[in-house]
Amino acid sequence: MGSLDRVRVILSRYRDPALARRLVEKIWEVARDLPRVRIMHVCGTHEWTITHWGIRALLPDNVEVRAGPGCPVCITPASDIDVAVGLALDGIHVLTYGDVSRAKGSRMISLEDCAAEGGRVGVVYSFMDAVKIASSNPDKEYVFLGAGFETTAPTVAYFVLKGLPRNLKVLSAHRYVPPAVGLLAESEDLEIDAFINPGHASTVSGMKAYKPYFDKCGKPMVFAGFEPIDVLMAIYMVLKQLRDRAPRMENEYVRSVTWEGNLKAQKALQEVFDFEDGYWRGVAIIPESAMNFKEMFSQVDARRTYGLEHGGGDCFPSEARCAEIIKGIIDPPDCPLYMKKCTPSTPVGPAMVGIEGTCRIWAQNRILVKDIRCMSGVCGLIVRRGP
Amino acid sequence: MGVDNRISIAHGAGGLYMHKLIREHILPRFKQRRVIEIPLPLLADSAVVDGIAFTTDSYTVKPLFFPGGDIGRLSVSGTVNDLSVVGSEPIAISCALVIEEGFEIEKLDRILSSMEETAEEAGVEIVTGDTKVVERGKLDEMIINTAGIGGRSPYLDKNLERVASDGRSLRSRWLDPRNVRPGDRLIVSGPIGDHAMTIIAARGELGFEAPGLKSDTAPLNHLMKRALEVGGVVAAKDPTRGGLAALLNEWSEATGLGILVKEALIPVRDEVRIGCEILGIDPLELACEGRVVLAVSERFAEEVLEALRSHPLGREAEIIGWFSDELEGVVVETEIGGLRYLPMPLGDPVPRIC
Repeated sequence: MGSLDRVRVILSRYRDPALARRLVEKIWEVARDLPRVRIMHVCGTHEWTITHWGIRALLPDNVEVRAGPGCPVCITPASDIDVAVGLALDGIHVLTYGDVSRAKGSRMISLEDCAAEGGRVGVVYSFMDAVKIASSNPDKEYVFLGAGFETTAPTVAYFVLKGLPRNLKVLSAHRYVPPAVGLLAESEDLEIDAFINPGHASTVSGMKAYKPYFDKCGKPMVFAGFEPIDVLMAIYMVLKQLRDRAPRMENEYVRSVTWEGNLKAQKALQEVFDFEDGYWRGVAIIPESAMNFKEMFSQVDARRTYGLEHGGGDCFPSEARCAEIIKGIIDPPDCPLYMKKCTPSTPVGPAMVGIEGTCRIWAQNRILVKDIRCMSGVCGLIVRRGP
Repeated sequence: MGVDNRISIAHGAGGLYMHKLIREHILPRFKQRRVIEIPLPLLADSAVVDGIAFTTDSYTVKPLFFPGGDIGRLSVSGTVNDLSVVGSEPIAISCALVIEEGFEIEKLDRILSSMEETAEEAGVEIVTGDTKVVERGKLDEMIINTAGIGGRSPYLDKNLERVASDGRSLRSRWLDPRNVRPGDRLIVSGPIGDHAMTIIAARGELGFEAPGLKSDTAPLNHLMKRALEVGGVVAAKDPTRGGLAALLNEWSEATGLGILVKEALIPVRDEVRIGCEILGIDPLELACEGRVVLAVSERFAEEVLEALRSHPLGREAEIIGWFSDELEGVVVETEIGGLRYLPMPLGDPVPRIC
């Protein structure tokens, strides 16, 4: 099957209106027997699917789906951005992804801002580009600011194992998702009843990585894909588990996620990184979630090379409610800066920067009020809710 | 001087930035000293002065030749369409050429022949023009500007009588969103995004090909005539830069009404849909150059739809939504039945599309 045909299949099968309608009816049916249910997902792409396809408008009143910390740009500590800005201004070439370069640190300066002040900043699409750039400019000193989850970290680990050019160091801000889900499951402010687990990150870690956290909290966890049918199906599976009082780890995204995950990627991560306590901006210090270089890789570690501190401490613009948005306690329109001072073209907080940030996703879909509700899938009515 | 003090590509891309530029810098400087039926501040596709529709447009498309058309066909179609959508019949157009030194005359001939063929197809004359050449490197090949005038369509009065037959009072005697009322239906004359996706593929910059896809560039005056003959058309507009998303937001603002469109009813070709999926862009934001969106009185929507479908350029027309006073802004019912707002695009995802 050609790649166009594959896209065609996805478009027809995983966006099928008739199937969607049946799933929505099932969701309503199961939800009728349930009290208020709060489901959290921890992936920016899930939030995009939910918002773009207007899925919240299809859900019964007692079912709420909230966006948790699933955007790598959002949770990258401000202090790591500060450190990278400092390096760039000192004449070291800092390379990173486009969206990371736009996130502001604690002094409200992003790498992009510091480039306008003469800082040396380059944007790359992947770590491989950084390796190429460093190799072809051996007289210059490079640092790659590596932000992202177990989805992007294996590429870094792979090249580190292969051997990096001597003039390229990595400032690792990589984070591992399963412990964060564990922490959110225990949080009393959030009162989460169930989780939709990330599809891409779990493809790497495998479902097994969540087992200890599931065993501890006993809350439903469904691993889901990114098409609208995937998300509706995952919501239905979660609700059914809750109704039957039979929580388990269940896989909706069978075309990508497995119990074991990507063993090669896991091995590379285990070989290169120690999994240590790490700060997630706006959230907390989460045990065993920071991927820091093992001592034997000191020579590629920018922190050891330049004597840099590890990130910590909340630094958000005053009045902004980024921390509560990143944790999923409030929605973007609850923040006084949302779509006023903070817009996609003038991002103030990190959740407005990248395409996986909740504020950015809501802004791109022009969500100004809490939500529009429709029951058109069920009874053909459109009801608008005020702010 | 910062970036904010300079013109960026987004200022010409038909979205939020362009609207801001027009409202803050252009409109306040051009005074309207007399009563004009459709004046500049309405930002309609054509102005109407003393019963004559009048419009102008410049064409910067890159590449100059693309599947389904070229800058010549585009420059005549675009102006003919801008005249047609206010309810006029195009009479004559102008042709102003700005050419880069070194441009091949053979290519110029092909472009001019294409302009003449398109003018013949539309039944208009090219009656005046201008030719300028700039130094090599100061312009990327060529820019064409066309302006045009049109007379009131003989079918417009009967068409508007039909519109007013539901008792509404008309604020304008042309096709004009100010005449729209809640319940009016939205019809699109064919699949959206063919032109923009063809241009994206023709540039080859994104490593993306769309075999078989061609631009929809075409003069729409005959199609418009067919709709007016039937009657019941309230307003019309062609979804160029910013696509359907920009058009619907402009109409929502101009009418003060909400709009609901059903994504499942909006015709989009497979090639365009898949291209958008791969490139991460929304087909609703893609430009068309041979499609028109009509606001039609609910009672006559089916009849107008049939009339459009009886014309080769309207064969795939569909009713896609309606105006509502129970909504604010543009709301899309997604293919799976969910709801989301459709915002005004910041700018066309692709520069120099037309």
